[in-house]
Amino acid sequence: MLLKDEVGMLQRVPLFSAIEPTKLKLLAFTSDRVSYSAGQILFRQGDEGDAAYVILSGRADILVDSDSGPIKVAELEPNSIVGEIAILCNSSRTATVRAASPLEALRIRKDHFLRLMREFPEMTIEILRVLADRLSHTTADLIDARSAK
Amino acid sequence: MEASLARYIWTHTKKQQLWILMIVVLSMIPYFMSFDLPKLIVNGPIQGRGFEQPGATQPFMRLHYNLPFIGEVQFFSGFQLDREETLFALSLVFLLLVVINGLFKFYINTYKGRLGERMLRRIRFDLVDRVLRFPPVYFKRVKSAEVATMVKDEVEPLGGFIGDAFLQPVLLGGQALTAMLFIMIQNVWLGMIAVVIVAIQIVLIPRMRRRLIVLGRQRQLTARALSGRVGEIVDGIGAVHVHDTSNYERADIAARLGLIFKIRFDLYQWKFMVKFLNNFLAQLTPFLFYMIGGYLVLQGRLDVGQLVAVIGAYKDLPGPMKELIDWDQDRQDVQVKYQQVVEQFTVEGLIAPKIGVLTIDDPDPMTKPLSAINLSVADDGGAMLLNRISLQVKPGETVALVSTATGGAEALAEAFARLNWPDSGRVASGTDDLLELPEAVTGRRMSYASSDVFLFQASLRDNLLYGLKHAPLTSVPYDGAAADQHRWNIHEARRSGNPDLDIHSDWINYASAGATGPHDLFEAVRRVLDAVVLSRDILDLGLRSSADLTRHTELARRIVELRAALRTRLEQEGLSGLVVPFEPGAYNKEATIGQNLLFGAAAGPELADRALAANPYFASVLRQAGLDRTLYEMGLEIAKQAIELFADLPPDHQFFQQLAFMSAEEIPAYETLLQRLKNRPYEAVSENDRAMIVTLSFAYIEPRHRFGLLSDELMSKIVAARNRFYEDLPPEMHNAVERYDPAKYIAAATVMDNVLFGRVGNNHPDAPDRIRSIVYDILDELGLYGELLDVGLDFNVGSGGRRLTGGQRQKLDVARALLKRPDFLILNRPLSALDQRMQDKVLRNVLEEARRDGHSPAIVWVVTNPAMAMMFDRVIVFDSGQLAEDGTHETLLAGNGIFKELLS
Repeated sequence: MLLKDEVGMLQRVPLFSAIEPTKLKLLAFTSDRVSYSAGQILFRQGDEGDAAYVILSGRADILVDSDSGPIKVAELEPNSIVGEIAILCNSSRTATVRAASPLEALRIRKDHFLRLMREFPEMTIEILRVLADRLSHTTADLIDARSAK
Repeated sequence: MEASLARYIWTHTKKQQLWILMIVVLSMIPYFMSFDLPKLIVNGPIQGRGFEQPGATQPFMRLHYNLPFIGEVQFFSGFQLDREETLFALSLVFLLLVVINGLFKFYINTYKGRLGERMLRRIRFDLVDRVLRFPPVYFKRVKSAEVATMVKDEVEPLGGFIGDAFLQPVLLGGQALTAMLFIMIQNVWLGMIAVVIVAIQIVLIPRMRRRLIVLGRQRQLTARALSGRVGEIVDGIGAVHVHDTSNYERADIAARLGLIFKIRFDLYQWKFMVKFLNNFLAQLTPFLFYMIGGYLVLQGRLDVGQLVAVIGAYKDLPGPMKELIDWDQDRQDVQVKYQQVVEQFTVEGLIAPKIGVLTIDDPDPMTKPLSAINLSVADDGGAMLLNRISLQVKPGETVALVSTATGGAEALAEAFARLNWPDSGRVASGTDDLLELPEAVTGRRMSYASSDVFLFQASLRDNLLYGLKHAPLTSVPYDGAAADQHRWNIHEARRSGNPDLDIHSDWINYASAGATGPHDLFEAVRRVLDAVVLSRDILDLGLRSSADLTRHTELARRIVELRAALRTRLEQEGLSGLVVPFEPGAYNKEATIGQNLLFGAAAGPELADRALAANPYFASVLRQAGLDRTLYEMGLEIAKQAIELFADLPPDHQFFQQLAFMSAEEIPAYETLLQRLKNRPYEAVSENDRAMIVTLSFAYIEPRHRFGLLSDELMSKIVAARNRFYEDLPPEMHNAVERYDPAKYIAAATVMDNVLFGRVGNNHPDAPDRIRSIVYDILDELGLYGELLDVGLDFNVGSGGRRLTGGQRQKLDVARALLKRPDFLILNRPLSALDQRMQDKVLRNVLEEARRDGHSPAIVWVVTNPAMAMMFDRVIVFDSGQLAEDGTHETLLAGNGIFKELLS
């Protein structure tokens, strides 16, 4: 997959959809293209968050440790981004991500990601929008869960 | 050292000074003969005096003298030569005299030069010898750069002066006196005038020079302070940048330079003023001669002949006088310099020479307890660090010194190491005062490491073994020219009062490291490095550096085996995809195009980096392979992409680290180049521009950069070009490149690259770490782990060890102290740069390693954390310079004292 195809993929990620293609190209160029075979771990719960990943092809599972071993909580599809929260909050990884099939991804380093956010407010706003969206979903879920009690 | 330079010179060179004086006097004979000869030639054979008759002859080389009381004695009647023969004979004598005079001059100058250089060597050595004997407190006040500048620059002018120190005044004084005598003989009264003027010169000029001396001294001091400050800026460059004080430093340096300028300018002004006065006085004498002498002639009291003779004789006076005065100026100059330096090097409490005397045989072990008796130690400001402490450390005992913030345990460790001298009381080994023991005992039977580490700019190995280099233990056999050189070295060293110890001898005391020679020393080294947990760091350094193949032959010999083992292991673990190996007939996608073309490591500047594209032979190979145009177009495309991506970014943007093709500074240049080359046919582009563009393509790696520029056809063309390149490689470039050969070690590449013999895939983020640990495994399996560690030990630690981290430096210092296997191991917060977990680990290892093979050294460890005290036989707690508690860990813990308080 060439750089220009990756730009096309990135454009389909909601977080980046509002960003100019030239900037996306720069983002793609400065990111590492990484590939994993099925079962390989992208990162582990509790690790320090040093990069975010955009899935280009293949699927990955999000696993959370529990007393009875890891539990799969979600699945990642192409064009999704994962690991950006640990970067933003300076926290450790909240879950493990494991490739469920041969996987191609773009690995965006933390400092690059933050630098981009600083330089392109439209991207930051987009990220805020996505996060706010998630928060309102979570809040709604919480209300549902509480009222269900 | 003598306070007076003249005395110093006379003491060390009187014989030589007298000898050279004698030679100079001797050289006067042919010198004056050569004055007389032209007259003889012109008057005799040329003008024909004595040859009036045709066929007349004259004796040549007749030796006859008029001796008192005996009358004329003839030793040799001479050869009878006619006019022409006499001309040739006399001319040849003239030539002979020229040669003799030249040889005399040559000998005298060489002799004086050598004398000066020897003295300079002696002075410098004496100074450094004193530095080695200064008491520790002195180094708290002096800047190293100032000492260096004194030894190097300030005594330098002395060398030029020493040869003339006594010769010049004798010679010039003699000439001046002769001239003066001559004038006196012609006319006493006119002679008196000359005497008076000379007396004025002699009295006045030195007086005026006093100011010159003062200024000279200031110049020296300010220049020394300047070099001290420059040294400080270099050492403290981190602090300068951290605090944004670079402009403060600029201002300080500018102010100092301004002061130096002012002093130097004053100096010049005075110098030329004195010169002017001097010249004026010299010219005043003839003026007086003309006026007074002329007046006397007019009065008829003096005849013209006498006046002319006096003026004629005076011609010979100003020359020597002037030179004499110049000599005196030089003398004062160097005297001031010498005094300034000697003052700085005259320090009270110099360590006696017997303390540091060379001792070949190892001293007996220190079996007596080490004790502090009523010991008080104060800091430079007079505050008490330790107040009347008495304690004893028995051999074999392990003692933890625990200290509150103002406790003073560190001062005690320094006192044990003789780095801090007691103000009162003493430190003793048995009954001997520790300060009275020779360093041969304390430096070999005790060792010390602290958090304040100093490493020399040398390899890790040299720094590690530094603690074993006490004396030259072998005599190196020299033969042929080397033997002559060695003899000369010894002779000259003795002549200058330097020691003739051979630096090339083996100084390493293997026995004290528990080894018998170079072959098994490495075992001991490896153990101490393991103990301080430094081996892994050194292995990493080894992997990243290129091995010296004259030393590490084993690596090169077994490289094929190593590479095969790595392949097998990668396959076994299903990781073959991690590394793409170099294969002579295939394109390596993970390597750059440049690497694929060259397929070797550049061993010289001809083919390295940017020079590759511009190399004419390489360019011709590309042309023949039909690649020149393709790569040019590829370069253009890369330039376009790179500029499109990066042109808007500020030059310091961190994204530029990702741009392998060009640096941020080069972007504007490439932008204009692209503009210029737009629509220009390939043929019309200059060689230089082509190289600029083509070079971009050399850095391209398809899987990494993903511009989609590499086709299968291009790859096969590149492989073909690679083969062509080596087929016709001109002989003069054979040494510029080492071709990748699966069966050969590449000297110019790092060990890691050699073992990998390929490129790590770009799309496996954790590949480098995984491969490194596999490589270590393999090296261990094949028994090459030690060899790699040895390669790592070649690493140069940089100035003051700054290429290592603080933690690594401290570990190395502890390893160095351990390697000696001392009887008393003093460790003064040695691992403060490490985290607590690592400190505990190293502590345990060190205690174990120190006691290996039944050794039981006493260990005194100033701990950074009271919890570490648990590992020791005995715990001593210090609080405000007092010994607060002393006992085993259990008893102190059971008590209710400071120790318990510190622990909680």
